[in-house]
Amino acid sequence: MTDTQKPVTDITTDYDIFAPDFVKNPYPGYTEIRESQCPIAHTERYEGSWLPTRYDDVVAIAQEYETFTSRQILVMPPAAGRSEGPYAAVGAPPITSDPPDHHWHRRLILPVFAPQAVAQYEPGTRDLCNALIDEFIDKGVADAASDYAQHIPVRVISKMLGVPLTMEDEFTDWVRGALENITDAERRIKSFRSIVEYFIGEVQSRAANPREDDFITQLMNTEVEGKKVPIEYVLGVCNLMLVAGIDTTWSAIGSCLWHMAQHPEHRKQLRENPDLWPTAVEELLRVYAPVTMARIVDHDIEFQGCPMKAGDRVLMAFPAANRDPRQFENPDEVILDRQNNRHVAFGSGIHRCAGSNLARLELRVALQTWLERIPEFELIDPSSVTWAGGQVHGPRKCMVKF
Amino acid sequence: MNMKVLLDYDSCHGHQMCAIAAPDVFGSDEIGNAKVLITGEIPVELHTKVRRAESNCPERAITIIE
Ligand code: HEM
Ligand code: SF4
Repeated sequence: MTDTQKPVTDITTDYDIFAPDFVKNPYPGYTEIRESQCPIAHTERYEGSWLPTRYDDVVAIAQEYETFTSRQILVMPPAAGRSEGPYAAVGAPPITSDPPDHHWHRRLILPVFAPQAVAQYEPGTRDLCNALIDEFIDKGVADAASDYAQHIPVRVISKMLGVPLTMEDEFTDWVRGALENITDAERRIKSFRSIVEYFIGEVQSRAANPREDDFITQLMNTEVEGKKVPIEYVLGVCNLMLVAGIDTTWSAIGSCLWHMAQHPEHRKQLRENPDLWPTAVEELLRVYAPVTMARIVDHDIEFQGCPMKAGDRVLMAFPAANRDPRQFENPDEVILDRQNNRHVAFGSGIHRCAGSNLARLELRVALQTWLERIPEFELIDPSSVTWAGGQVHGPRKCMVKF
Repeated sequence: MNMKVLLDYDSCHGHQMCAIAAPDVFGSDEIGNAKVLITGEIPVELHTKVRRAESNCPERAITIIE
């Protein structure tokens, strides 16, 4: 924790992604770095990392998977003890996999996330959003983050995995432990172990009493080259579904509602032009991209003049890339009908988000349902909104009235 | 004006931005990567949408031939 206590002197040589101001609003910092002499910043904090902020650099790094590996993908080094014990071999495939294994790790899960496959979750997601709104609509106030956004992706994923919805609070707590409070090493390890232990139980119960075709059962029965996939892969994918699918999507929904609360003109625009929704969702994802991922440098290399060493951590700031004026006109402005939008909120290259079609569906349905039921609303006190940041950026308390 | 589209399937990573921009021309295969629905001449009324699909693909996997 001491790393966050020293004030930042020069952001290009000493950035701190967990500094309170940066967690709340990282964009001025990204701009300062991007427009400086060092658009790839460096810090010694948290055992050191590089921070590219220009679109072309971030995309180039994402494409160069042989130099920039996914051995570790969190913005902090692993907690001590992570590589010990019976679960050490459980990663989060395909996100933590490198080629050649990455190919089959990814290929096996892609069909369940294709647009035509995720469409079946739309009616259920809409019902779920309506049920959440029913709980608070008569009160005239709600926390758009913790009464609404937070509950949507976790329930959709639980349904997809075929595990009981009653696990919601535990899942939420574990995911936050793994991604948000990552300066707390003990909580990280505990969260990871809880996730793995939980899914060991789910796998064992399916092995003893085979179930209908749920996702976990399908994974357990998958064969690669005539052999059942290893148990570490099944557990890893379940781990991934939680850590990649929950905090990310809930953060995006929360940021979009925070935006809508302050922009009546955008609410009106969407009400009057419902055809705009698909483009609007992409634009909101561009501006409020929630996710930053890391890479580990494979061998010493000079990249854009930066002397990167084998083992160095590079943070791929997709949120910074998405606001690079070299790539996007008026990058800080939300233009719901933006025509040219090669945004990388979902990453780029071989690790590009496999769940993006599900994420888009959840984001669109959550916003549409809210705006239908609560067309007019505003922040109660902008300064009381609290944020998570670092790996995943989004509001955690966001009180609105209507 | 004649227009055709070419998809570099090896660089496509399934962002589906093409299908959002031009759903009549780009769809999805069983793993969520792009599938070109009109392999011959693209009707003139879809040209603008196809240009948008090209300019929204983060992997630059779409080429327009005119
Ligand atoms: C708005 C919500 C989301 C955002 C912004 C997002 C963002 C990302 C990003 C940036 C990556 C690239 C990681 C890298 O380059 O290392 C990624 C990978 C991934 N995401 Fe998402 N994600 C979201 C929602 C989801 C959901 C709902 C799921 C599934 C349940 C999901 C599953 C995955 C998977 C499986 C990968 C790994 C793909 C691979 O390594 O081949 N994501 N996501
Ligand atoms: S936008 Fe590009 S990468 Fe994405 S599916 Fe279409 S062609 Fe493939």
